[in-house]
Amino acid sequence: MRLELHWIDYLIMVIYFLFVLGIGWFLRKYMKNANAFLEAGRSMPAWVAGLAFISTNLGALEVMGMTGSGMKYGMLTTHFYWIGAIPAMIFLALFMMPFYYGSKARSVPEFLKLRYDEKTRGLNAILFAVMTILASGISMYALAILMENVLGWDFNFSLWISALIVLAYTYLGGLSSAIYNEVLQFFIIILGLLPLVFLSLKDVGGWFGLKEKLAPIATANNFAPDTFTTTWKYSSEAGSNPLGVEWFGILFGLGFVLSFGYWCTNFLIVQRAFAAESKSAARKVPLIGALPKMFIPFLIIVPGIISLALFNGHSPDFRAGFPMAGDKPIYDYTIIMLLKHYLPAGVLGLGITALLASFMSGMAGNVSAFNTVWTYDIYQSYIRPQTGNEEADGKHYLKVGRIATIAGILLSIASAYIASKFGNIMDFLQTIFSMINAPLFAVIFLGMFWKRTTGHAAFTGLLLGFLMALLHHGLTIPAGATTVFKGGWLASIHVYPVEMAQNFWTAIIAFTVSTVVTVGLTFLTKQKKSEDELRGLVYSLTPREADDSHLPWYERPAGLAILVGVICIILTIMFW
Amino acid sequence: MVDIRIPIGLMFSIIGVIITLLGLFTVSDSDMYQKSLGINVNLIMGVLILLFGFIMLFFAFRKKKQK
Repeated sequence: MRLELHWIDYLIMVIYFLFVLGIGWFLRKYMKNANAFLEAGRSMPAWVAGLAFISTNLGALEVMGMTGSGMKYGMLTTHFYWIGAIPAMIFLALFMMPFYYGSKARSVPEFLKLRYDEKTRGLNAILFAVMTILASGISMYALAILMENVLGWDFNFSLWISALIVLAYTYLGGLSSAIYNEVLQFFIIILGLLPLVFLSLKDVGGWFGLKEKLAPIATANNFAPDTFTTTWKYSSEAGSNPLGVEWFGILFGLGFVLSFGYWCTNFLIVQRAFAAESKSAARKVPLIGALPKMFIPFLIIVPGIISLALFNGHSPDFRAGFPMAGDKPIYDYTIIMLLKHYLPAGVLGLGITALLASFMSGMAGNVSAFNTVWTYDIYQSYIRPQTGNEEADGKHYLKVGRIATIAGILLSIASAYIASKFGNIMDFLQTIFSMINAPLFAVIFLGMFWKRTTGHAAFTGLLLGFLMALLHHGLTIPAGATTVFKGGWLASIHVYPVEMAQNFWTAIIAFTVSTVVTVGLTFLTKQKKSEDELRGLVYSLTPREADDSHLPWYERPAGLAILVGVICIILTIMFW
Repeated sequence: MVDIRIPIGLMFSIIGVIITLLGLFTVSDSDMYQKSLGINVNLIMGVLILLFGFIMLFFAFRKKKQK
């Protein structure tokens, strides 16, 4: 399965590296204080922040994982986009961003401090810092192992070289550099993967040819012939679609709990909108990001689905070279096997560069979120508070932010090595992330829309939601699980047909418990924050938005939201 | 601070030129394009990328002029 690259391929890669580093170098002189370095001075135009917003999300794990899922589940993978992302992004833009941005909080943990109290912030800041580093390590590991197996690059070499490049440009130019590069990376990912879509579709005879080729594969697996090319059609029962989850699990588990938990509370993502130049720009950021997000399935999922046809009969070559684990393909390799199968030297270099770019955008996102939370929510809050001398403080925290950037990268590298030793533990950690995000959404949502919600209630809700999710994971098991990391480490009282169903239900439980606990305890505890302190943080205490009806519809968040919603509904119906 | 369209435009113009040239030099190399179903993807993508780079630069400089 080795892939030989031409010198032109390397040349394209080197040009990309030079530009990425050049942007960091150029921006370094603007980094005069912590505010410029960690918050990009709140000066980004909406379209720049919006593309960065979606680019951060389009990390290596997303590209590799979604193409692999396309091959595994077919068109049902688009649930992670049209129902599992777009509604949450619209909600974030219209209903949550005014409070996030208007609160002047510099991070999500800081918002929790303003709305609730110090302990809620502390809990979230520490969990987030640890999670971010681990997530970044996992994706570094995934990419380095792919490069080693397919391109023959040494594991240590690709790990260190890509980490050092990300370090260089985030150290020099901070969040601005990360955001600018994310925009550049966004375009290179799109243009690098674009030829793949057209060539693979042409190869199988277009969408209709693909349908025909997939029908026998679906029937052989006891599914209806068009299962792999439809989305909601076979969702009435879990067993009738390859995802193994029924409509309720998809709608509530993925479409509500997991997706709102990720898009509305993950600082890594939300930080891009915080960097926007105005409140109205910040509200447009998720919507501008949602426009390309809706079409990314055609770029990465559709070629994945085509791989299923190639693998099962259409291309013996493709199958022969595919890395296998037992009798199953290792799905993570789908994207690179496709690049190898279709692209000649030249565009191939661009395709590999696109993979590297996706990796870097994800990692820079992790690092720039980590250094902000570390500097503001941990260092400034618990180690060295502000002195009152704004200029000296700005310089001091800039230095701390830069050191945190280096530390963040080194810790990510360390966790990549841990991942390479204990792959199973890393799977388990990813499950844990979803247990943390779901309660966080419950607590932030209640905080924004119910002024009575108290700090004690929120803190307990966060903690209990997480613990109950953990308990659920310990008591249930997906069918065919071989390790305790998949669940059932306490006892096995319920067996899920697939791991995905278990994940969805874990998140649903985390969310429900934390909502019930937070609401219940709010009635039993006293609100310590005065209405004055909550102004701008809670819906009912915040003055209405300035009237923007004089603007053309496409410059108004509501207008953009309707556009995004309508396109999303059309896509859903087209591929129902 | 800096208009991000300038570095994006420059980078894609350079990469576009390289890939277009590669496409032109390999027009008669049917072995190379067997993988891509006989299509000279380098030429097509090269021109597309070059065009994208130019559009980015065009908008960046138009804005500069307005100022």
